[in-house]
Amino acid sequence: MASAPSQDTGWNGRLQVQGRVISALFRREILTRFGRHNIGFMWLFVEPMLFTVGVTVLWTATKSVHGSDLPIVAFALAGYSSVLLWRNMPGRCIGALRANLALMYHRNIKVADIYIARLLLEFGGATISFAALGTAFVASGWMAPPEDILTVIGGWMLIAWFGSALAILMGALSHQSELVDKLWHPFSYLLFPLSGAAFMVAALPIFAQEIVLWIPIVHGVEMVRDGFFGSEARAIYDLGYLIPFNLALSTAALVTLRYVARRVVPE
Amino acid sequence: MSLKVENLRKVYKTRFGENLVLDGISFELEMGERLGILGRNGAGKSTLVRLISGAERPTSGSIASDMSISWPIAFGGAFQPNLTGLDNVRFISRIYGQDAEKNIAFVEDFAELGSYLKEEVRFYSSGMRARLAFAISMIIEFDCFLIDEIAAVGDARFHERCDDELFTKRADRAMIIVSHDAAYVRDKCNRWGVLHDSKMEYYDDFELAYADFKEYIGWKPPEGWDQLQVSTA
Repeated sequence: MASAPSQDTGWNGRLQVQGRVISALFRREILTRFGRHNIGFMWLFVEPMLFTVGVTVLWTATKSVHGSDLPIVAFALAGYSSVLLWRNMPGRCIGALRANLALMYHRNIKVADIYIARLLLEFGGATISFAALGTAFVASGWMAPPEDILTVIGGWMLIAWFGSALAILMGALSHQSELVDKLWHPFSYLLFPLSGAAFMVAALPIFAQEIVLWIPIVHGVEMVRDGFFGSEARAIYDLGYLIPFNLALSTAALVTLRYVARRVVPE
Repeated sequence: MSLKVENLRKVYKTRFGENLVLDGISFELEMGERLGILGRNGAGKSTLVRLISGAERPTSGSIASDMSISWPIAFGGAFQPNLTGLDNVRFISRIYGQDAEKNIAFVEDFAELGSYLKEEVRFYSSGMRARLAFAISMIIEFDCFLIDEIAAVGDARFHERCDDELFTKRADRAMIIVSHDAAYVRDKCNRWGVLHDSKMEYYDDFELAYADFKEYIGWKPPEGWDQLQVSTA
């Protein structure tokens, strides 16, 4: 019938428990968000794919001014996929703890696990969408394959890192103050046009370049484009800025997470 | 194996300043001991359970234990209402690293919810939720069970089966039972505590605990109580 809970001790045991908990939360999250109706969990990546295809079509139709003669399909795919990646992560983590407070009664589940499960899900969805659309566009001849796939992956991972750190910071802060939820929407909306999704830095006037290069996400998006277009376009980014920024953001996120986790009061 | 609570203190910051809920709570609990805690509403009973379950941290003091400690039994809040009963069983099984199919078989048998187990929990009546919550609470064999106001669960027959699971099959475990239902605590426990003004006093005799508890809740015997005869027609 029933069996005793395993008393795992030591680092190895704790990692095993955490892995188990995160995978359980991950599956639960898929079920609660997408259910078993119609295409079920496939919405995870079909939804971002619809967004990206829509934006690609729109930008192609309006010949969006992106300041260069780069192929618009690849430009839109890289730009909009990046936005989905860094913007949805905080969106899903804000308020996540409040929605799952009752889980704190299970001593195996830590606050961080709730965020990690949601981040893995967002990362998975955005990545599958990006990769699947990329493959489909290349196969159908709408887009040339990226010049340097490793640079694309590197940029993508840096954007994911930025998004995850921002998400944990915003998620933890949102548990302390409802203002975070209110301010995130205008903030993310305004950051979208500034994030480099819809322009190449090199196409901007010099003074504008200096300003947008303060925004860390611009560096990540430029790196992804560098991988796509390589010599065809001049991408401007500085890993010496983005990586230290990500490190600092991660530190702030973990400190805040610890502060909140120590004070969490379940219902 | 034992649970050792030492000098537990819990302060909540509220809009009206600091609210001291628990102060200097210390006790030890061995396997087979069942500590019943009485206290009026808001005395801090549930807070104490949350601290011991590990869901919340004390302001100061320590809780040391080499026993595995349950979540509050029959606590239904941990359900995801838009998942089915079965999915909720699977989730708990995964969290604790257990065989989900075995647990499902037990819950099917014990909760007697039939095909409702395949429905989303939000469609359950409160009685059905209580059955599912109790059954799920029984699938993990903890050493120490925390029981917060369970007396209100289910109908009489289900009540009996819960008692059998908890107090007959698991008579060797440690338990902490929190309630304002004095009779339940009297029948089920072998040690008692009364929580009042953020302190706890301990008793080996229920009648002494109950006398103090009655005084704290302001219960006074009505006139002629001593002479009262219950008619047994």
